[in-house]
Amino acid sequence: MTSDMILPFYQALTEDVNALSAQVPALATDTLQDIRRKALERFSTIGLPTLKTEAWRYTNIQRYLKEFPYELLTTAAAVAEDVVNSTAIPELDCYRVVLVNGHLQADQSTLPEGKGITIGAMSANTTATGFVTYFNEQQHLAAESMAQLNTALFADGLYIELAANTVVDKPIHVVNVYSCTAHAFIQPRHLWVLNRNAAATIIETSIHPETATIAFANSVLETVVMENAELWHYNIQQGAESFREVHTTAAQQHKDSRYHHFNFTLPNTPFTRNNLSVALKGSHTETNLNGLYIASKHQHVDNHTFMDHIMPDCNSNELYKGVLLDSSNGVFTGKILVHQEAQKTNAFQQNNNLLLGTKADINSQPQLEIYADDVKCSHGFTAGQFSEESMFYLRSRGIGEDAAKALMVNAFSHDITDAVKVPALQHFLQEQIAEIMNN
Amino acid sequence: MLTIKNLHAEVEGKKILKGINLEINKGEMHAIMGPNGSGKSSLASVLAGRDNYTVTEGEVWFNGKNLLDMAPEDRAREGVFLAFQYPVEIPGVSNLNFLKTALNEIRAYKGLPALEAREFLKLTKEKQQLVDFHSNLMNRSLNEGFSGGEKKRNEIFQLAMLDPQLAILDETDSGLDIDALRIVSNGVNKLRDGEKSFVVITHYQRLLEYIIPDFVHVLYNGRIIKTGTKELALELEERGYDWLKEELHLKESV
Ligand SMILES: Nc1ncnc2c1ncn2[C@@H]1O[C@H](COP(=O)(O)OP(=O)(O)O)[C@@H](O)[C@H]1O
Ligand SMILES: [Mg+2]
Repeated sequence: MTSDMILPFYQALTEDVNALSAQVPALATDTLQDIRRKALERFSTIGLPTLKTEAWRYTNIQRYLKEFPYELLTTAAAVAEDVVNSTAIPELDCYRVVLVNGHLQADQSTLPEGKGITIGAMSANTTATGFVTYFNEQQHLAAESMAQLNTALFADGLYIELAANTVVDKPIHVVNVYSCTAHAFIQPRHLWVLNRNAAATIIETSIHPETATIAFANSVLETVVMENAELWHYNIQQGAESFREVHTTAAQQHKDSRYHHFNFTLPNTPFTRNNLSVALKGSHTETNLNGLYIASKHQHVDNHTFMDHIMPDCNSNELYKGVLLDSSNGVFTGKILVHQEAQKTNAFQQNNNLLLGTKADINSQPQLEIYADDVKCSHGFTAGQFSEESMFYLRSRGIGEDAAKALMVNAFSHDITDAVKVPALQHFLQEQIAEIMNN
Repeated sequence: MLTIKNLHAEVEGKKILKGINLEINKGEMHAIMGPNGSGKSSLASVLAGRDNYTVTEGEVWFNGKNLLDMAPEDRAREGVFLAFQYPVEIPGVSNLNFLKTALNEIRAYKGLPALEAREFLKLTKEKQQLVDFHSNLMNRSLNEGFSGGEKKRNEIFQLAMLDPQLAILDETDSGLDIDALRIVSNGVNKLRDGEKSFVVITHYQRLLEYIIPDFVHVLYNGRIIKTGTKELALELEERGYDWLKEELHLKESV
């Protein structure tokens, strides 16, 4: 196919998305091809989100999709070792998984090995039990057109499956490299399954090394945390001016499982939308959702979260904190749905913001829908500036205004960073925050 | 070292300081006493640079420099230290990190390199002992959940660490029991090296039994209405402030 036959990407999205499907390689099984076809149909029906779409009221994604003439990119490019190494978290003893545009780079990776650990490309694992059972299984994805777009047109991603009782001894650092020589729309697709009693810590970071070409990532990750399994999942979004991102995580938890999700969004990606949903499909689960977003300049950061309490006796705790500098824009949505059967639910949610830029702004909306009667739910929202008393105290000790602000931002975010269980990562994040504030 | 000339200041349109004159030389210990609401903390705040106070008249010179022109952090770097009457709690800022930052910012201002971790710890240990400041408080958040006495000790501990030329202590004695008072006073006395000057703001003569002042000033209604030596403090303890107020009214009505 020659390039002049291809509709411009945005036009194809809005007018003829089928034209794009010819650009992605076929998937391995008929079932998958069928899933893809259905997603394509669904996307054609619902279309791109608009400001009238309830879940996108404060985020005009079309503006960002139109911003550059993107092309759908489904392949990897070679990425220099020093680029990959630059993403290392100092002092962190970990396994490393390098993905370029979603494609596993085995020779640049150090994968965990051993009984019960499956880790590899999605495309190489389409017949694995976990894959067959759980791929695209999560209901929450159906409502989100960007997720449908991913299902319809993804190329590859990371598949992890831990067999029952398998505990990975070190954190797994997943390095998402987005690399392109022309403006590109890239759609990785991942699935991680932790079977009964399995446990892992997975740290994701991303890098887009090119500054002249824009990468727009629309990634989807499904995580499955089976009975009594425990997943610590850290997503570190260290941004770049030349990067845009829609990141969808759909998690499901089964009986007695624990899921700890951390999302750090740091400057300077102009547009970030994180969809995070957790479906509680078993009772006695624990869920912790922690978020910290620090935005500067004209950044737009939208965290859209959904705690779906389906079963009784589950606890969820959500804390998102934002530091909005300059003219940045924050959006937070925290939906908590407690089904009628989900008695004895504890669901707490809090969103606190520091509005430091004169033109900074936050839109925060809790959405609580509660159909059970024996539940404890709460939500709260704050937006404010630094306490003048505290600032004066610090300055009266010789600490300059900028350093004082850095200390205060560190203090503001400390309940999130303190909850980070990997010391090297915690230290790294604290340093990052200090560095951002000192610039 | 410090010269205050005819200082007038207001807060939220309310006149608080109404012409303060004060001269403090190297190594001196000055006590400022006076009834509640007379402007003692306000004077301390204006000297430290709290920005809700507006200076409407007067001058303040510190080692030949115009103090009122400086940002609060620069006053501290030049050597002014205020021990707060009500130290703030800052959750999430560790005491240790706070002190290290402060010390190094002051050092950088003076063109000195940052302290090595080992030197810093050594200094910390040494100064902790001075005021019997528990080392387990060091890693906690700044003043968070500290008792009243612990907060005050922390102020003096910071004073010892930052080693200013002029230390203003605003009611450091209030909320201290007699043992804590003795410890804090001993700490302050050990810091008296003939170079450092002190302004001790207090309500009670009690503190001045431990910290012997060279001068005692009575601040009333925004003005220093009497200056004396440590005997004045004793007299105030016995007779209260009313006789001074009367004396003042007599003077003013003349
Ligand atoms: N922020 C403020 N706004 C209005 N009035 C204030 C403020 N701070 C202090 N004052 C007033 O200034 C006067 C002096 O207070 P202060 O300096 O705290 O006295 P002292 O320390 O001698 O007890 C009091 O009348 C007090 O109410
Ligand atoms: Mg006072």
